[in-house]
Amino acid sequence: MSLVNKYANAQPVTHRLAQIANRIRLRDLEMVFTAKAGHIGGDMSAIDVLTTLYFHVLRYDPAKPLAPERDRFVLSKGHCAGALYVTLAEAGFFAAAELKTFLQPLSRLNGHPNRTKVPGVETNTGPLGHGLPVAVGMAKAAQLSKASWRTYVMTGDGELQEGSNWEAAMAAAQFKLDNLILIIDRNRLQQGARTEATNALEPLADKWRAFGWSVTEINGHDFGELIAALSPDVAPVGQPRCIIAHTNKGEGISFMRDRVEWHHKVPSAKEYEQARRELEGQVL
Amino acid sequence: MTALHDCRDAFAKTLGELAEANPDVVAVCNDSVGSSKLGDFAKAWPERLVNVGIAEQNMIGVAAGLANGGKLPFVCAAAPFLTGRALEQIKADIAYSEANVKLCGISSGMAYGELGPTHHSVEDFAWTRVLPNLIVVAPADRIETAQAVRAAAETEAPVFLRLSRMGVPDIMPKDYRFQFGKAAMMRQGRDVTIIANGVLVARALAAADILAAQGIKARVINMATVKPLDEEAILAAARETRGIVTCEEHSIHGGLGGAIAEVVVSRHPTRMKILGVPGIFAPTGSAAFLLDRFGMSPEGIAAAAEGLAR
Repeated sequence: MSLVNKYANAQPVTHRLAQIANRIRLRDLEMVFTAKAGHIGGDMSAIDVLTTLYFHVLRYDPAKPLAPERDRFVLSKGHCAGALYVTLAEAGFFAAAELKTFLQPLSRLNGHPNRTKVPGVETNTGPLGHGLPVAVGMAKAAQLSKASWRTYVMTGDGELQEGSNWEAAMAAAQFKLDNLILIIDRNRLQQGARTEATNALEPLADKWRAFGWSVTEINGHDFGELIAALSPDVAPVGQPRCIIAHTNKGEGISFMRDRVEWHHKVPSAKEYEQARRELEGQVL
Repeated sequence: MTALHDCRDAFAKTLGELAEANPDVVAVCNDSVGSSKLGDFAKAWPERLVNVGIAEQNMIGVAAGLANGGKLPFVCAAAPFLTGRALEQIKADIAYSEANVKLCGISSGMAYGELGPTHHSVEDFAWTRVLPNLIVVAPADRIETAQAVRAAAETEAPVFLRLSRMGVPDIMPKDYRFQFGKAAMMRQGRDVTIIANGVLVARALAAADILAAQGIKARVINMATVKPLDEEAILAAARETRGIVTCEEHSIHGGLGGAIAEVVVSRHPTRMKILGVPGIFAPTGSAAFLLDRFGMSPEGIAAAAEGLAR
């Protein structure tokens, strides 16, 4: 394995990750405000997980995005492409200046990620319930090749109402894919309402355990907990891993936090300024 | 009596040869080892047979992931469930993502005859040919099947191979060389053209024999590749003969006939007759019975062609 995460040994880790996540949140906010579209609530809930993955866990080289031995990351909640684009730019897959083109005519930064256009994207997502099956296939490929790269996939929580996830959950356990790590962005909200008021997911951890997975529940905004849970050292042998990351939609911005209307609302100029001030105030 | 062959045997044999030569070749299936004739593959390479159980959406996603991880997946499943159940996965995970996956729709068309329309796959040309990046092929006999499977492996692109289980005679010449997007001229003729693919090519040739006895010289074209189409072969037929009859084991809506009509109407309008399942759920009957009933016996095809030739 020649690839490493070049950020993994910098100290103190949690402080550094918090700074990066804050920068990603600010850029994401600016991008959505400029484009007048995007899924800002879900972006904010996912960013701390994305930051931990790209700046502590994943082994990759942005100059060689298709290196066969790279770790794979699949963003199954493809509507949060904005958060992924900002993270990929921060990680060096393409220039941050390109983020200005988000959703603009002919930009490769579409509302949902495209692997043939954007370096670092592994598979095209957007329709929900697609990422986990593809990730199962990736992990199966590594298992067949006896390769050491790992597959990480992040789903939303509302997305788990799609039956395809449970087909994939069964297969991952059957295939004993201990090189597969699922992170559920458990922000309790889907587009129209709370998940539990729509098509309840609980008891969610028990469901994954019953499907044969090893389950960990963490605070998805606590970098210490994220680092511990995502560490390959804690992987059980012969079992896929599910990390339920308890998060908040709109995390980091007071008036968006845990509010269903911020699924894909665009901030007004006044709201944008307030959000920016709040995020800037969080820089450590 | 001409010997009839199940094209699945040629498919399975060729897949085995490919797997022998390339350790990255894997078969992906949905509890369809028997119906896809994967028994020998399972014995030779048990770990390379990725059986996801009865779960087609996951099957397609898994295949896309295997391709991402450097494998060359051949998904082998009954055509109606492979395409209909997992169409969005085929669109997003395979075609849009340009995943190097080979989708092998087994027992396509009305091969499951008496099992009824739930098990018929007479919509799959329409569903697949509308997707960008996806090559769509229906081989006519075991010779073409073997070559199409090999060509699919050698081409870095998603491919839908539509395979039948209905016995067909050997009709392609021994020196035939299959190419995606290249139609095969089966018989020369200037009066009328019959374009068919899959199991209908043999019937089209029999229809041409009937027409020849009536003094009508029918051109017969095997249009195995539905996408990309051999537009030159279609335009030549439109220019040089009095009309085009198309025959397919598919709905008359959106299939081979529709694809050819799109070319004809925009580039060289001519009279056409599209033979296929006439926009209904088929009644009970074997595949052969249903093809006859829907006007695709050799006599039925000849009658349609005669109408255009005169």
